[in-house]
This record gives sequence, C-alpha cells and structure tokens, in this order.
Amino acid sequence: MSRLPVRKTYKLFVGGAFPRSESGRTYEAEGQNVARASRKDARDAVRAARAAQPKWAAMTAYNRGQVLYRIAEMMEARHAELADLCTGAAEVETAIDRFVWYAGWSDKLAQVLGSSNPVAGPYFDFTVPEPTGVVAILAPEPPLAGLVTRLAPVLVGGNCAVVVASEAHPLAAVELAEVLATSDVPGGVVNVLTGLRAELAPVLAAHMDVNAIDLSGADGDSAELERAAAGNVKRIVRGRADVQSPYEAASFLELKTVWHPIGT
Amino acid sequence: MREPTTVSRPSLGGGWGVGRTLASAPKSTGSARATDGAGAAAREPRGAVVTDLERKRAAAPAPSEWTYAPAPESREIVSIAERYGLYVGGEFVEPRSGEHYATLDPSQEEPLAEIAQAGTEDVARAVDAARGAFDDGWSQVSPAERAKYLFRIARILQERSREFAVLESLNGGKPIRESRDVDLPLSAAHFFYYAGWADKLEYAFPNRRPRPIGVAGQIIPWNFPLLMLAWKIAPALAAGNTVVLKPAETTPLTALLFCDVVRQAELPAGVVNIVTGDGRTGADLVKHPGVDKIAFTGSTEVGKAIQRELAGTGKRLTLELGGKAANIIFDDAALDQAVEGIVNGIYFNQGHVCCAGSRLLVQESIYEPVVAKLKRRLSTLRVGDPLDKNTDVGAINSRQQLEKIQELVAAGEEEGAEIYQPPCRLPEKGYWFVPTVFTNVAQSYRIAQEEIFGPVLSVLTFRTPDEAVEKANNTPYGLSAGVWTEKGSRILWMAQRLRAGVVWANTYNRFDPASPFGGYKESGFGREGGRHGLEPYLEFER
Amino acid sequence: MKAPGLPRGFELPLEPRLPRIGSVDAVALEERAATLGKRSIKKDAKLWALELAVRVIDLTTLEGADTPGKVAALCSKALRPDPSDRTVPSVAAVCVYPNLVPTAVERVRGSDVRVASVATAFPSGQAPLDVKLAEVRDVVEMGADEVDMVIDRGAFLSGRYAKVYDEIVRVKEECGEAHLKVILETGELGTYDNVRRASLLAMAAGADFIKTSTGKLPAAASPPLALVMLEAIRDVYEETGRMVGMKPAGGVRTAKQAIQHLVLVHETLGPGWLTPGLYRIGASSLLNDVLLQIRKQKTGVYQSPDYFTLD
Repeated sequence: MSRLPVRKTYKLFVGGAFPRSESGRTYEAEGQNVARASRKDARDAVRAARAAQPKWAAMTAYNRGQVLYRIAEMMEARHAELADLCTGAAEVETAIDRFVWYAGWSDKLAQVLGSSNPVAGPYFDFTVPEPTGVVAILAPEPPLAGLVTRLAPVLVGGNCAVVVASEAHPLAAVELAEVLATSDVPGGVVNVLTGLRAELAPVLAAHMDVNAIDLSGADGDSAELERAAAGNVKRIVRGRADVQSPYEAASFLELKTVWHPIGT
Repeated sequence: MREPTTVSRPSLGGGWGVGRTLASAPKSTGSARATDGAGAAAREPRGAVVTDLERKRAAAPAPSEWTYAPAPESREIVSIAERYGLYVGGEFVEPRSGEHYATLDPSQEEPLAEIAQAGTEDVARAVDAARGAFDDGWSQVSPAERAKYLFRIARILQERSREFAVLESLNGGKPIRESRDVDLPLSAAHFFYYAGWADKLEYAFPNRRPRPIGVAGQIIPWNFPLLMLAWKIAPALAAGNTVVLKPAETTPLTALLFCDVVRQAELPAGVVNIVTGDGRTGADLVKHPGVDKIAFTGSTEVGKAIQRELAGTGKRLTLELGGKAANIIFDDAALDQAVEGIVNGIYFNQGHVCCAGSRLLVQESIYEPVVAKLKRRLSTLRVGDPLDKNTDVGAINSRQQLEKIQELVAAGEEEGAEIYQPPCRLPEKGYWFVPTVFTNVAQSYRIAQEEIFGPVLSVLTFRTPDEAVEKANNTPYGLSAGVWTEKGSRILWMAQRLRAGVVWANTYNRFDPASPFGGYKESGFGREGGRHGLEPYLEFER
Repeated sequence: MKAPGLPRGFELPLEPRLPRIGSVDAVALEERAATLGKRSIKKDAKLWALELAVRVIDLTTLEGADTPGKVAALCSKALRPDPSDRTVPSVAAVCVYPNLVPTAVERVRGSDVRVASVATAFPSGQAPLDVKLAEVRDVVEMGADEVDMVIDRGAFLSGRYAKVYDEIVRVKEECGEAHLKVILETGELGTYDNVRRASLLAMAAGADFIKTSTGKLPAAASPPLALVMLEAIRDVYEETGRMVGMKPAGGVRTAKQAIQHLVLVHETLGPGWLTPGLYRIGASSLLNDVLLQIRKQKTGVYQSPDYFTLD
C-alpha cells in the first residue's frame, strides 16, 4: 500500500503568524485551495506592518543586512522545494542572489544616497535617507524572483511590507513566507497575502496608513489605483522585476536634512 | 574640619539636613570608600533611650569586602599546534629558512607554539602564489562570487567567535571581555561590510571604472591582531586583489587560525597567504618587486622607513601609524560619562591603541572634580588574568613593550610630573603595568610628546576652546581626538579645527567597518573602513 | 538693606555645597551599566551576594486587594524566607499600604524586620499637601519604621521644583524618628538628566534614601536609571559627607538582576553601601528566585519553584 502524504494548508502570513483568511474563503490556484485574503486581512496586515516598522527601522543597518543574508541562507536550504514552485533552479538562484546583493547594501545606502552639504554659513548640514514606513507591493511575475526583486529593496532601508502575491502562482510566495518565518525576520516586517488582485489592490491603494505602493505587478487598472493612492499622497513606485540597484531602494526612502550651527 | 554652610532660603526648607546639624565630614581627597557602612554611624546620637528603630538599625551587620571569585573562560575550545609553518598557496609549508621562534602567552611568559620565521625565499614564494592566484583565478571570479566568499568568511568568524576570542587573549594579553565583545564582532563585521561592496564598486566610484591593483603586501601590529587582519584583508579581497599578510611577530596565532577559516570558506588557493616572522620578513615583503601595493600599520618610525624604501618604485602605499591623541574635557561635559570616556580612551586594551586618548586636556575650571573622579575610578579597574571575564586591564604584550613603558614613565617622574597609581596587586609572572596617571604635565615633557603605548595618561589643562585646539594640534601626530561637551555647536567647531583623522565627541575608541579611520600628518595616510577604505586597493581609469 | 560685611578670606559659594547638577550622556551611561552587567560573580562571591540580596529586600505587597491575612502571610515569609534552611536570614523590611501597617507591626514585633509604609497618596502623589502630611503622621503613629513617599511628578515636570522640595522637607518633619525614602518614579521623569536633578533635589531636602519607582509602572528600575541615582548619591557624599541610601524597586525579578544591581552599587559607591542601612531592593517575586539560587549554589543542583513556599 502506498503512503498517503500529509497535504499542506496554504495560509496567509501576517504579523509573523500563518492565519487563514478571516473571511474563511479560499480560491483554487495551481491545483490547491489557497487562502483568499479579504479587505480585513489587508487591514490587519497593514496594522502588523505598522506595528513592526519602528523596531525594524531602529535596528542597526548591519543587523538588517544580516537578516537579509539569513533569508538567503534559508532560501538556499530550500532550493529544491522553491524550484518546484516556480520556473526552476535559475529563478530560485536569481532570487537568492538578489537577497545577498541587497543584504550588502544595508550599511552602505547612507554613504551613497546621503551627503554632508557645504552650505554658505557656519552650519553643519547633512542629509540622511530614512525609511518611508509601510509599503504595499503588488508582486510581478515570475512568482518568486519577481516578488523578491520588489521586496528586498523595500526591506533593506528599514521599511515593512504588505505583499500581494501572484494570483495565478501563489505557492512560491507561501513557501517564501515560511522561509521568512525561520530567518530571524521580526513578525510583521513582511506580510504576504494570497488572493484575488482585483479585490486586494484597491484596498491597499486607498489605505490611509500605507506610505508607498509598488505597482510593478499591477496589470491594466493602475490609473485607478494611482488615483486612490493620491488620497494620502502615497509614493508611487513602478519598478521592474529584473533590475537591482540602490536606487530601487531609494524609491522607498525619504531624505532628512539637518542643520546645526558651528561655534564655541 | 569644615563647618556646615548654613544658607537661609525664604520659603524653602533648609540645606542638607532639615532641622538637624550635619555630621560634617571633610571633603575627601583620596579613597572615597566608607569602610564602616552602617548608616547609624553617620547619624547624630539621640540620647540614652534606645528606640526599637535604633536597635534594628544597629543590628544591621557591617559589610565586608566583596571580591568576585575568579571567572575564567575555558581554554578548552582552542587547540594550538606545537609548530606552525607558513600558509602559502592554500597550504601550510615548512619555511625554507629553516628558522622557528617561540610565541608566548604574555600573562604567564609561557611559550604557546613554535612559529616559522619566513626568510627572503619564503616571502618570494608567497608573493608568487599571490600573483598566480590573481592572474589565473581571483580576477576571473565574478564580483558577486567574490562577495559570497567574503560573506562565508564573515559567518564562519561569527560561528567560531569564542574560539578566536580565547586565542586572541591568550596570545596577546588583552582581556577576554574585549576580545569577545569588541575584537571578534568587529572583525566579522568588517568582512560582512566589505563583502557587500565587492559587486557594487561602480556605485562606490561612479564613472571611474575601478579595477583591482594586483598583489597587496600587508603588515599588521600586535595590538588588535585579528581585527587588523580583517581591516586589511577584507577590502583588499573585495576589490579583487590577492594578499600576502605578515602578522606581528608576537601575535601570529589568530592569523594562523584564520587560515582554517579560509580553508572552510573554500577560498581559492593563493588568494590569502600568511607569512610569519619578525621585522626582517616585513622588510622582505616591502622590497619585493612583485608586490603592487603595501599597507602598513605600526610605528611611525617603521612607517617612515617603509616610505623611504618605496620611494621611486611607483608602488602604492598606505600607512596607519602612531598617535598622541588629545582627549578634551570641557566644563559642561557630562562628567561621570566623560570620566568613563577617559578611562576607556587610555586603559582599553592596556593603552595599546594607536588612537588612544593619552593626553587628557581638561578645562581648568573643572580640573579638580575630573581628576578626583578619575583617580577614584582607577581604583575599580581590575588588572589580571586576561582569560578572567571580570578583568578590565590585561597584560602588556611583550617584555620589549613593558620596558618601553617603564622607561617613559621613569622619564615622566624625572621631568617633574606627579604620578598616581591606584593600589594594585600584580601577578608574579607575566608582563604587567599598573594603570597610571600623571598630573602636573608640561606640553614639553616626553610623556606628553612621545607615544607610550601603555596604560599611562598625561593630564594637562587649558582655559579656552582656542587654547584646547592649539594644544591638541601641537604634535607631529594627527590620528584622533576626543571632545567632551554637552554643547553641540562646540563639538562641531572643535571637530572642524582639530587636525586629526578621527574625532570622537562624547565617546571614544568607537570603530565600525562603515566609518573611515586614518590619520593626518605623521599618523599616516590612507583610510580604512567605509567606502573610502576601498580606494587604496583599486586602480582607476580616471 | 545693606549686605552684611563679610569676614576677610570668606569665599561666597555660588551654591550651598550642592554638587554640580550637570548632564548625563545617555549612550555612555547605558554602555557603562551594560559593561557592569557583564561581571561574572561565581561560587562564594555569588553565595555572599545572594544572601546579601535577601538581607536587603523590602518584601512588598501594594495591592488594592491586600488584607490582614495577606499581610500576615507576607510577614511570615519575611521573617523566615526559607523554613527548610535556617541559615537564610530575614529580609530587611516589609512594605505595605497604610491600612495594613498595624497588622505588619504586630506580626514582626520583636524581630529585626522593619515596617515600611507607603504614604503621600501613593502611587500618584496627586493630592493636596495636608492630606499627604496627615497620612504620614498616621502611619508613623501606627508604628511604621520607614516611610516611602512619592514626589509630585506633576510639579516636577512643570518646573515647580520648589514645591517638590518643600513637600519633601515637610514630610521629613512629619516622619520624626522614622526613616524617609523618596520615590522619584523614574519611569515618568523622561530623561536621565531629570533623574539626576530629582535625585539631588530629594537629597537636598533631607531624604534618607532615594528610590527609583512605585513599582506600578513597568520596569522603572533599569540598571542605567539606578546608575544615575548612585552617581548622584556619590556626588552628595563627596561634597558633604552625608551618606544617602538607594532603593531600586519594580522590575527586579530575578536573582541575576539583583546581583547586577549589587555590582552597580559596589563599583560606584563601594562596599560601604552594601548593607540594609544604605541599600534596599523593593521586590515580591524576587525573593523566591534568590532562595532558589541559594539552594542551587549550596547543593549544585538546579531547583524548581515547587519547593519554595509562596508565603
């Protein structure tokens, strides 16, 4: 007699835990019943992200970098499982190397993006980048590397994320959530919602406590989303699924300039 | 005996002790400890009837001295070989010179292992291995892969951190608390930081098209053996170079253990080569024509010799040399923290720090309280076994260094400075020096001019910020300085004027891989740490 | 009015022998506290410290639900913390609300355990002065050996330092023979600078002890806060010779934390302060953890809370 495998239940990842949708609904994707997040789940995810953000931002850049590197370590350990859930090993390795690349930026962004400014007066004047806060991400394809390419630059600067996973291929995102849960990432720093994009995107675009929205994965109706985002002057980012750069991270950073007199 | 001051203050209660006469005590000058601690003794007598309360108070037992029991860190985690070769081309080889020498534990004067003395031929082999690795291997490895090797090294150092910390304290004499909590975390952090730059050089130097130089020869000192190795190797490798590194004569062991980290990280053979030996080995490395760049940290004297040697050769050079830093305390400083900063500035690592705050410049208006607090603080410093977790000040690194310190201290006394040393029982064997403070020091005394490189502080005074700057800059050195004041504008004003490569405000001896470190004037040139720390290891097209 | 002629050689002091108020650098302070927290105390030194910890505990119950029964049980525990080990000493004092003072006094009569009572509208201090003074008068009359008062934080934070000072002076007057501890409520003061200021002010007004907190706010007796207060005490001692005691209260829950506090005292003020006359720890659950550790030190075996009585 052959052994019946124990099947996984595909849940949301919010606040470091794996809840089902509060609506109790699922939808079918990749042959599985996957949690179908509701507007209330989106609300909870934003709340979790907001609660986690001050501590994540207050960690030293070095520590954040180490957490991102740890994510890469844990992804490497799940290479085979991840490869099964996306287009294959090449995509997995791209995603892993993306995290390694951004891990190395954490303690360098301020040196490249910030400055000390020679103002015309006896003042010490400097500019430092700071995280914008909570970022909503509509993850683009491919299902793993697209998500990671948009997530890593958000995290590296000290932001927290609410990610809407690929609608057609959500399982890789769920596996990634499991990786995050074992990578010393504090709960709430990354939240992953699976479900119907058309239901979730407008909620996040209009949410008054989301600081920026990444529309890389928005298909078609992005004008509507951009209008809704204007409600609290959200930063709108249209990044690419295949590019890595410190300037991708910069899109999610505010710049603060400080003046102080120089004198005895 | 001083009379209590009575001050009448309308509508306020009174001064120090309402409605009671204070048991006046003379202001203390030296030891501040009350040996009879029962509070009852300080209160005035109340008469013949002993109240219940008084009986209870009198029953409180007098305290005794509290000596913390020995808390030794175990040596078991480290295994030291009897004899070491040189690490060349990815393996340990016997020195062609045939010479070995013993390396010691300076706290016991006990030999720990036999170390190879690399001769001229050995150095040549190492340079050849580095050259071969550069030409055939390392420069072909993609920057992203270079980064991954360095990340591996960082992680392995973190994993083996306790092992390295114990070995560092054994071989060098510094307290385990420092090697465990400062040297090791910083060393791993340096590799982590520079790993991140390896595949981002075009962002670090936009439009300049950076390329590695080739083979770097690196000579490091004995005060932070592993950390100095990390400061040298991490940026060099991140930039794509290969290295031949010579650890200090007295502290080779953590560098040799590092070779095992290199092995575990599977770094290609010849990328890192370690040649041990005394000054002759360093000279051979400097002279070798196959080395494209020399990085040296050590004394100004040797630095000048190296600069002379390299004159006309076109070889790149960076030097990190000595210092005689001024630690400047203004009268509005947060006093207790400033005193901690003074202590950290000169007694951390037994004062074996190039950027040590060895000259205390204290504003005259605050001189007495600062010196009083400092002397009192010295008496709580624990000098002893480096492997004891409660030790604050460890052993002097070598007999040679101890003699140098003794010579300069004797000169200080002769020239007329006033010496203070807290009562301190030193172990019989090993190299030790009691933390020392000299007051009444003139700018011209040897102890105010020459680098002592030991736990000896010279105290001078100043009146105004201008005078502080003048005195602080009045030295051929220019590595670091400290400023203690609660006034932000003054911090910035002083920082602007101090001719030093590192200015610490309201802190001291702070290091970070992201923060560039290096000197002005005879303290050397070039920077280590930060984006700028990559520059010495790169060639630029423009 | 003419200023009196000053005798020759008399130096007019700017402040009446008050130590310099000055500032506290938070980063350096926290670092110093953390470094002292790394001291490794072992074997005999550890046992000595643990037994000292018992001797300096003010065993406390300050709940609305306190009854004579509860306080009686507390006093039994205070007198004999570990019935199975007679060598474990009594604690320094019990600390209770005013209504429970008579019970406590009755229960500890004849022993060396003192009775401390909170007063002055503990914990908030937000009541008229005459009410607060009457409370102090009452608890002293009922037999309290010690009074733990709270400063008026509302007055302090709005800059009315003279009012804060005056109140302490008046309370001290009402205390008579009883020994006064002044609670600063460090968790509400906002900065280390304020804690230093409040410490110096309380000592100037006549406090016998300064105390960190009421225990009603979370973790207000952190090592850095304690260190600021210890340094202020040291400055007062250096300047005037007067020895004031210190009491951390609230958040000291484990033996390890207690030992860390003792190390802070030892390395800031010296062994002279390591006595119940000058040092107390306000605690409730701490006592059992210390007893656990004492037994572990004596037997070499890790212990379970099951073997230690709750009261």
